[in-house]
Amino acid sequence: MAKTSVPQIKMPLTGNDAGAYAMKQVNPDVVAAYPITPQTELMQEFAQYVHDGDVDTAFITVESEHSAMSACIGAAAAGARTMTATSANGFALMWEVLYIAASLRLPITMAVVNRALSGPINIHCDHSDSMGARDAGWIQMYAENPQEAYDLWLIGIKAAENHDVLLPAMIMYDGFIISHTMEVVETLPDDAVKDYVGPYKPAYAMLLDEKPFTVGPLDFHDYYFEHKRQEIEGMERAPAALAAAAAEYEKLSGRHYGPVETYRADDADVIMVALGSTAGTARYVVDVLRDQGKSVGLMKLRTFRPFPHGEVTDALGKTKCVVVCDRVASFGAFGSPTFMELRSALYEVAERPLVINYIYGLGGRDTGPDLLEQAFEEGLRVARTGEIEQHVSYLGVR
Amino acid sequence: MPVKILEIRWHGRGGQGVKTAAMLFAEAAIEGGKHVQGFSDYGPERSGAPIQGFTRLSDNPIHLHNFITDPDVVVVLDPTLLGTVGVTEGLKKGGKVLVNSSHDPAELAAKLGVDKGQVFVVDAKKISLETMGRDMPNSPMMGALVKVVGLVELPWINQTFEKKFSAKSEKVVADNVAAVKRAYDEVHGAAS
Amino acid sequence: MEKKKGWKDVPLGGLIMEAGNADEYETGSWRTFKPVLDQEACNNCLICWIFCPDTSVLIEDEKIVGFDYVHCKGCGICAAECPKKAIEMVLDEEK
Repeated sequence: MAKTSVPQIKMPLTGNDAGAYAMKQVNPDVVAAYPITPQTELMQEFAQYVHDGDVDTAFITVESEHSAMSACIGAAAAGARTMTATSANGFALMWEVLYIAASLRLPITMAVVNRALSGPINIHCDHSDSMGARDAGWIQMYAENPQEAYDLWLIGIKAAENHDVLLPAMIMYDGFIISHTMEVVETLPDDAVKDYVGPYKPAYAMLLDEKPFTVGPLDFHDYYFEHKRQEIEGMERAPAALAAAAAEYEKLSGRHYGPVETYRADDADVIMVALGSTAGTARYVVDVLRDQGKSVGLMKLRTFRPFPHGEVTDALGKTKCVVVCDRVASFGAFGSPTFMELRSALYEVAERPLVINYIYGLGGRDTGPDLLEQAFEEGLRVARTGEIEQHVSYLGVR
Repeated sequence: MPVKILEIRWHGRGGQGVKTAAMLFAEAAIEGGKHVQGFSDYGPERSGAPIQGFTRLSDNPIHLHNFITDPDVVVVLDPTLLGTVGVTEGLKKGGKVLVNSSHDPAELAAKLGVDKGQVFVVDAKKISLETMGRDMPNSPMMGALVKVVGLVELPWINQTFEKKFSAKSEKVVADNVAAVKRAYDEVHGAAS
Repeated sequence: MEKKKGWKDVPLGGLIMEAGNADEYETGSWRTFKPVLDQEACNNCLICWIFCPDTSVLIEDEKIVGFDYVHCKGCGICAAECPKKAIEMVLDEEK
């Protein structure tokens, strides 16, 4: 562990505990939220902090997630540091307003506790909720465990509020698998968090600025495109802002957070790519297979938006086969979202690896080492023979 | 080398504190500097429905994020589950089964189809009623589990109760500590 | 033709930073018929002023002094609402 400038406080926290604790330490001006499993505990705990006077946040209980995000937008436009959280169907109900938050350049941050988007109705984890909103203009980061849920939210705030970026950020962690699993989490002291995120400096604030102005007017074909181009530019600048925020955070915590993270991948013939909690299980499997002399490694994709194509090609460009595991189906597409993005990123690599895709874990289907081992073995076969039998397959479905 | 992890699977019914026990046992192990996970399987639970809880303990960071399918230890909080749920499913060779029961371990072993040396019993219901005044088997089962797995120590459990419940009442802490201690003393395997 | 700004120069997020700049938008060019007041018939009840959606009925000392033809779109609501039939909509051929 690198030397840190502040003491780390070990706490037994679930993902939801960790998220609520991060919110408490940030003490945002406004939180507007509506409960939905598996996010409910997070907001319940935060509501308790509000009730107990641990924070002075204006906590707005609304009648739907559409209203929650709308209230967040209003609050953020007024000049408030604003946070919220949701899951699955609640997230879907926010959909149209997600785009508005991004286009108004309001750095709202939100925990998305990943849950399968109905139907059939299901409360367990997959990434069909957040993956569907990958083009909404939000920064998206996937946490592997409660520790990352805590750390990435703080980093996300700092990057989102950076005036070069000014885009909202969502932090994903797997419903139940992380949200309801208790692990040891190293937290920062309150003061360190406050200093790290700093006082909120809005780019504009309807209630604080002296001159009145208009937010959200009609924007036709004469200027809409320019505003979208400007929004794209904000996202283009996000990697630098995320890197700067992560570097500063590393000094405090000793924990390093890049857009991708590799494990025993440098010389590997086969590299598995996974997001969220499954990356942890894959890391375990890499150790098991390495012990058997098999040349395998892992690349965890942490930041999905902005998609880190440079880091991805650096990490995967020299391997023989990439096995992309995605906890979401993209109906009618050639493979899952991560497969498509990653394959596109690898296109310019001269001797690019073969890429295969596994869709797994839908609706919380338990995905243990045995299933991932199966995927690795197919990757090793492809690496050996140079032949892909099937580009897109399914792991753990009957 | 893959990290060595002790995996415990808890079986009980909704309302018996399965989730709480799985998480508190993990939390207690943190007192001893262990890396831990405590979680449970969430379904449409009602009071009385069969529930599973999971605890992982290790000296190194734990990266696995799946259910425990081949446990080292199984803890059964409700003896009436033995006939309805496959509690020993996936149990590792030589793995241990701890049951809340007043029956003989050898008798339960025969019923479960495992070696009699693998089964341990403690009458958690009786202990719970006598120390806490109600049937909450989860605390005594934690005490018995300390004896069975060895990795966790009694004072760590007591410290965890102190942290969790002292704000509620000192009596709650004292009752739980007493239940844990008695179960630790009374848990036993089959006579050899 | 007005030269439009590029993405580097437009205000952030589509904000309009100058309050009241609707004044710069000369909607009078939309008009086919324009309101003309019959001073004799008008009793200055100001109902036209209340109803006008473009605040284009000009008032001085509680009396109508004319119309703002730069912004009046010629909708005719003033004429329709006038209890004295003192406003006539006439074809506006020379704007």
